Amino acid sequence: MGNPMKIRAVSKNGITEVKVLMNHEMETGFRKDDSGNLVPAWFIREVSAKLNDKVVMQAAWGPSVSKNPYLAFKIKGGQAGDKVTVSWIDSKGDTRSDDATVT
Amino acid sequence: MNVVRSLHTRRRMLAIGCRFGVAAALGGLFAPRLAFADWNKTAFEGKTLAEAYEALGVDGARESSDIQLMASDIAENGAVVPVQAISNLNNTTQIAFLVEKNPNALTALFTIGPDLVADVTTRIKMGETSNVIALVKADGKFYTATKEIKVTIGGCGG
Repeated sequence: MGNPMKIRAVSKNGITEVKVLMNHEMETGFRKDDSGNLVPAWFIREVSAKLNDKVVMQAAWGPSVSKNPYLAFKIKGGQAGDKVTVSWIDSKGDTRSDDATVT
Repeated sequence: MNVVRSLHTRRRMLAIGCRFGVAAALGGLFAPRLAFADWNKTAFEGKTLAEAYEALGVDGARESSDIQLMASDIAENGAVVPVQAISNLNNTTQIAFLVEKNPNALTALFTIGPDLVADVTTRIKMGETSNVIALVKADGKFYTATKEIKVTIGGCGG
């Protein structure tokens, strides 16, 4: 299920700025553990965001996005009370979806 | 007779239940998939900038002053390097971040739809000092903004 994200969505002058802090190891597959074995890659591969029911943002990521990824983007439109939903799926097929109300 | 009928009813109920069950399962499988962009394996596993460009269909990208790549000159911690790219090019449909000297150059690829401002921010890992590239697709053509970021501590396995 993954761990919850922190999402903040603020509307100003017709633009909704969304800031997301995700909770994920983002293993590159190049790192070795204490005994010298390679830790297999494990990372968020795809991210999408919806404003109410409409998909407004899509992204594909590699393992070189930092651990516990931070993401900020700006949606055209949106107003206080609207719902922003952010979802991700990782390289193991695990998914997570969280939402926030626009303020 | 009664037994036969009740069996019949049960079978019908089961059939209906199954149909609903399958529909729900398919919905669960496919509905979220549709919301995601396709993950371009070849592009993300490209070892060099050239390999990533080829997989992304980039055929000659031009440096453009209409793209702003914002990042600090020196990253104290290569594991967490904040980057922001803003494109002022008309009809921007894609913004990607690439790190020339990382084991895989392509880091993140954003699809800029009609509802999104061409302005994205994230944090990336850098193994060593390298050029970081914001690659923008606008009107079907590719443009770049490049910035060298010096890394004092690497972010890929320390």
